Amino acid sequence: MVVTTTYDRRPTTVFPMTKRIDFEQNSEKALQNAPLQATLRTAMVRFRALRISAVEEIPDWQALRQHAHDTKAHALAHLDRYLEQLERQVTGAGGVVHWARDADEARNLITRLAGSSGRRVVKSKSMTTEEIELNDALEHAGCEVTETDLGEYLVQLAGERPAHIIAPVVHKSKEAIAALLSEKLGVPRYDDAQELTRVAREALRRKFLEADVGISGVNFAVAETGTIVVVENEGNARLATTLPRMHIAVMGIEKVIPRLADLDVFLTLLPRSATGQRMSSYVSFLTGPRRAGEADGPQELHLVLLDNGRTAIHADSSMRESLACIRCGACLNVCPVFERTAGHAYGSEYSGPIGAVLTPLFEGLDVAGDLPFASSLCGACGEVCPVKIELPRLLLELRSRVVRQRGAPVAERLFVWGWVNAMKSARRLAIAGKVARVVQRFMSAVHLPLPYPFSRWSASRELPTPPAKAFRERTL
Amino acid sequence: MRVALFVTCLIDQLFPGVAEATVTVLRRCGIEPALVPEQTCCGQIAFNDGFWPESRTLARRHLDLFEGADAVVTPSGSCAAMVREFYSMLLQEDHNLTARAHHAGARTYELTEFLVDVLHRSDVGARFPHRVTYHASCHGLRGLGVRNQPLQLLSRVQDLELRTLDGVEECCGFGGMFAVKFAGLSGAMLETKMRAIEASGAEFVTATDASCLMHIDGGLRRQRSSVKALHVAEILASQ
Repeated sequence: MVVTTTYDRRPTTVFPMTKRIDFEQNSEKALQNAPLQATLRTAMVRFRALRISAVEEIPDWQALRQHAHDTKAHALAHLDRYLEQLERQVTGAGGVVHWARDADEARNLITRLAGSSGRRVVKSKSMTTEEIELNDALEHAGCEVTETDLGEYLVQLAGERPAHIIAPVVHKSKEAIAALLSEKLGVPRYDDAQELTRVAREALRRKFLEADVGISGVNFAVAETGTIVVVENEGNARLATTLPRMHIAVMGIEKVIPRLADLDVFLTLLPRSATGQRMSSYVSFLTGPRRAGEADGPQELHLVLLDNGRTAIHADSSMRESLACIRCGACLNVCPVFERTAGHAYGSEYSGPIGAVLTPLFEGLDVAGDLPFASSLCGACGEVCPVKIELPRLLLELRSRVVRQRGAPVAERLFVWGWVNAMKSARRLAIAGKVARVVQRFMSAVHLPLPYPFSRWSASRELPTPPAKAFRERTL
Repeated sequence: MRVALFVTCLIDQLFPGVAEATVTVLRRCGIEPALVPEQTCCGQIAFNDGFWPESRTLARRHLDLFEGADAVVTPSGSCAAMVREFYSMLLQEDHNLTARAHHAGARTYELTEFLVDVLHRSDVGARFPHRVTYHASCHGLRGLGVRNQPLQLLSRVQDLELRTLDGVEECCGFGGMFAVKFAGLSGAMLETKMRAIEASGAEFVTATDASCLMHIDGGLRRQRSSVKALHVAEILASQ
């Protein structure tokens, strides 16, 4: 059975997204999907255990987190300087740097570059290219685009968007994947994960060899040396960035880090946080295109520096730390809400706790203002973030902005107003409490439900039985 | 040491037994807490829901009322975390208040951390001959770092058999307004928690937060479970 979900596309800067992401509705749909729930629970429990094992091996894990946090804070504080240094170094190594203000600019320039090199494009996994909806633009311009990361390939075959920042098909069971491959590639349905991988690899190998352009993301860009770092497990990024004659690397401007030596800490934190690995299978350090006398590498290397709203987040002092994200996905994996909804419910390629912060910042509070509220504030995300982004605080800050900017439903405003007024003095609270107990006794006697939205409590829970007297009446 | 009892609005109005148990336990440890009759609410529910100006009104009131105490003890991890972790964020625009907020935070303790870390007591002379499982309420756990203290105290309760809870650190799904705004998700998280509670074989589930327990108990009673929810204070007060 193939579960197909889609969500509204990201806007261009010219046509802003107007449809509100209704997380409540989306999450309800996800909750009704029992196979999805089972698949997600298994995957998330496994990811959590893997991460914990990997973290336990590092005795000074907490110190490393702080160090990474500080390095990112420093890099962001001097972002202009480091981006300019990065540009000089990449250019000096023979690469070309392009500055893209927004998704439109990025799409146009990448399409132009790809078109100039040929029409066959292979891509390794890049959430940034998802963000700017690059594949659509390339295909529209007549390019053939193949996603080479197995998960992204499956997502592409299914006509969907990724459901997780690092595990694009986390929402699909092995059976669903087998059915998808069988349907789209005309192969038998395999039970074995190894078989499934082999089928995909055979289909993809030819694409690598024939491609004119390889497009990748960037995990880290080192300003000191102009080095693009790509972290992966399948080897597809290695192939995509070295076989075709042109390599286009797309990065959000916040990915720059000052020095090569800084990678020590980040490369310790990233794989352990993401997949519980000590190291991912392939880590590529790409400095410029092929040099004279070298046997490997693209003839041309293009680095696209994407803003697309990041400068605005950077200028927002409370929110700047969200740019420290190294896209490990750990916060998604520990989130009890994500576990029950997966990424599509968030209406964006950035989902989970970091998505609940970035999507409102990128798309605006009118579109994504529900997301910061879709959390019990359990704090599991902040606890695992390798760069110590205080995600619960950011969610709370965004909530206050939503209430200020968008207001809140009448029932909620009334409730808060009533609550705060009752709490303004002990005498008021005592009276309010007594009145509430009388009302409650009446309502339960005539079987009246609580007013909406409090009536929803009773969907799965009994109400507490109020005591005859409050503590203040018994003692105070 | 002048110790004040921060009852919390929820416990005052809905679970007075928890407050009484807290006083009993403190008295057994030689502490006579000041009851501060004028107290009402720390403002957390408004703060969590994004209504910060409204929350500030209550936060300022709370700071004024508890100014004099050397230590403020509360049987609620989330309310202690509100004061210690979030008051400075809520009141950051008022420089006079941020210093007081920091000071208040440093003196505000959840009950189990007060008993173990400040009074250095793990045995409070309790007896509770039942099978009990412990749920680690999120704010106490991650906000305050309350991890071992409740378990230390429970392990010293006579005849109490502690059962481990699968997914002990997973959120129960209450989350304040989240419980009604995203009732489906809240219910689903509760369902997972209840299954773990049943699987533990315990007769009682306990925690440091009455809010979690209200939510869990609501679910257990809806499912007609034989398991009962009881606050840690109530277990520690039992003899």
